[in-house]
Amino acid sequence: MSLNLEISVGPHIRDNLSTGNIMWWVIFALLFPCAAAVYFFGLGALILILFTTFMCVLFEAIFNLLAKKPVNIYDGSAAVTGILLALILPPTLPLWIAAAGSFFAIVVTKGLFGGLGFNFFNPALAGRAFLLASWPVAMTTWVTPFTAVTTATPLYLAKTGHMVPGYFDLFIGNRSGSLGETSVLAILIGASILFAKKIIDWPAPTAFIGTVFILSYLLGHDPIFNVLSGGLIIGAFFMATDYVTTPITTSGRFIFGLGCGIITVLIRFYGGYPEGVNYSIIFMNIFTPVLDRHLIPKFFGRAKA
Amino acid sequence: MKNFARGIKLAHKKISTQEKHIAEALVPSRVIIPLQQNLGCPAEPLVKAGDEVYEGQKIGDSSKFIFAPIHASISGKVTKIEWIPNVCGFDVPSVVIEGNTEHRTQNTEHSNSLESLTPDEIRKIVREAGVVGLGGATFPTHVKLTPPKDKTIEYVIINGCECEPFITIDHRLMLERAEEIIFGAKAIAKAVGASKIIFAIEKNKIDAVEKLKEVIRDWKLEIGNWKLEISILDTKYPQGGEKMLIKSVLNREVPSGGLPSDVGVVVNNVGTAVAISEAVKFKTSLIKRGVTVTGSGIKEPKNLYVRIGTTFAEVIEQCGGLTDDASKVIMGGPMTGLPVASLDMPVVKGTSCILALNKKDAKVYEEGNCIRCGRCIKSCPMGLMPNFIAAYAKHKDWDKAKEYNVSDCIECGCCSYVCPSKIYLVQYFKVAKRELQTRKAVCR
Repeated sequence: MSLNLEISVGPHIRDNLSTGNIMWWVIFALLFPCAAAVYFFGLGALILILFTTFMCVLFEAIFNLLAKKPVNIYDGSAAVTGILLALILPPTLPLWIAAAGSFFAIVVTKGLFGGLGFNFFNPALAGRAFLLASWPVAMTTWVTPFTAVTTATPLYLAKTGHMVPGYFDLFIGNRSGSLGETSVLAILIGASILFAKKIIDWPAPTAFIGTVFILSYLLGHDPIFNVLSGGLIIGAFFMATDYVTTPITTSGRFIFGLGCGIITVLIRFYGGYPEGVNYSIIFMNIFTPVLDRHLIPKFFGRAKA
Repeated sequence: MKNFARGIKLAHKKISTQEKHIAEALVPSRVIIPLQQNLGCPAEPLVKAGDEVYEGQKIGDSSKFIFAPIHASISGKVTKIEWIPNVCGFDVPSVVIEGNTEHRTQNTEHSNSLESLTPDEIRKIVREAGVVGLGGATFPTHVKLTPPKDKTIEYVIINGCECEPFITIDHRLMLERAEEIIFGAKAIAKAVGASKIIFAIEKNKIDAVEKLKEVIRDWKLEIGNWKLEISILDTKYPQGGEKMLIKSVLNREVPSGGLPSDVGVVVNNVGTAVAISEAVKFKTSLIKRGVTVTGSGIKEPKNLYVRIGTTFAEVIEQCGGLTDDASKVIMGGPMTGLPVASLDMPVVKGTSCILALNKKDAKVYEEGNCIRCGRCIKSCPMGLMPNFIAAYAKHKDWDKAKEYNVSDCIECGCCSYVCPSKIYLVQYFKVAKRELQTRKAVCR
């Protein structure tokens, strides 16, 4: 009997969960905010989501080919970036601008830094930040749900002293804003799936939302309104929990969320923009390596000598 | 439930052999006995080609301390001493014995009682019998029974966790040879001067707990001065790791770089306890051991007493052979076991299990990029940061790997198991540790 035995270092059994599985679960979770976006903003929302997803996957494939790397579009990470990017764009954004955002997210933010696992900014958020700086008007043109009448976001209305939507409308998503940030309900459904599958954990979202709530209250603003409006909920559950660009330890993730919360509140109440979630997360992304370097878990056998 | 921090939950996969009695394997007609079978120093051969040897005869010895003698496992004639590769891929001189028909068995008439023996005598008997840690680590047992003079040993823990999936030999030993395990435990306790003996068993082996309780109860009078306890632990990997076990049972942490004796504990596996009991009672040498032969690549999984030096091929043949789709044969469990390149490999003192996996179970994955999910950190029982150590090792930055305490890694494999990018983390640690060790040796 000729035997050809496999040799490899243990362990010889592995958990079923793979990077691809994780990404597909995230995509599944994101389908809920996507569905809410299509419900409130119509077919245009669907087209924008499909378009950025397609463009991100396309750019990833092209970049991989040009960089002579294995084409890894099936791991779903580019698709996740595409969907997330669409969900934080205004519903009426021209597609060519969305294409530019996809390019910046995939090629500049991720590919040039070494691809999956090596980018230090969240690609979708960096893409959005790039668009906001380049096409500020198109990126701040908001419409009402269903009727698509031009309007301002609740946070802008609040900042300028106007009437804002009620808590219930904010919760279900019946308000203006980026595609996927509006429906808190849909985001929470998606996020609860990821919690159940242990794909995301509590420290960052809890610290982020908790800090915004407490600081808003202390600074004399409506804490519930501040939690429900803007991009806080989607940012806290889907961006501040991104593996690659946030700290790796539990304590690091908590401090990351804390920092995001503080910066968000500072921008919202004292900055030039009505919303600060995007920049707060990008800003804290920079601190990730420092937090990883200094928040090292307690080793076994080193408790007290 | 008594426990340690982190670790992972694994499917037990013990069902195919946990109900099966340990059977005697056939006595092979030829054995290959490597002269290095313990952690530490190798043996010098005491025989040469052409010599007649009998079962239980010492054929390898050394003047070094961290060493256990090696014995002939069958009676016969030494045909040659040749270099054969061991499971780690290094060539080791090995004694090949062709068996003869007139089989002379070890003398088992002699019977010792513990009361008449001094600790030094127990240590000497254990050493002469060639007993090593049979859980798989193969550390010479008489060394373990010689704690440093300045350390007081309070507890002896008998490790019956068997936390690796598939393996059932320790479970069977606890069910079938509980008396000997208790006798062995008392011998250990006497040798190290401990007053308390704790049997640590995972809660998925409740029948073993019941069996031990029953034996302890029936033996009330003979227990003497020792306090016997059974500690039921959570079924979690690596519960049977020495450091984790002490943490779970006594909530004591062995300091980094230290030994269990630093916290007043000596840990021995149940299989080792049986071997000690045989050595003390009958002065018989360690020439066979219990082996679980199992896995998706084995036709009829079994628990067997196998003579040291029997080839894997012969053992597997007695278990119905390999299935057609078997693609990996492992010595030890699926988490820390070592794969063999050929079935001509002999069973050695450290072979607790022969595990054959089929193509599907032994899938070899392509390594992806680290996505920094943190699962490895959340699973590491030693509280290390496996992803960073691996990244530094990958770039040959051994100093950084050391700074992140790669030397504390127990190579349990939890991190590699949970890694969604299928990174071979343990492989990087092994390389880093070896590099650091070589460097230390050069500096000295």
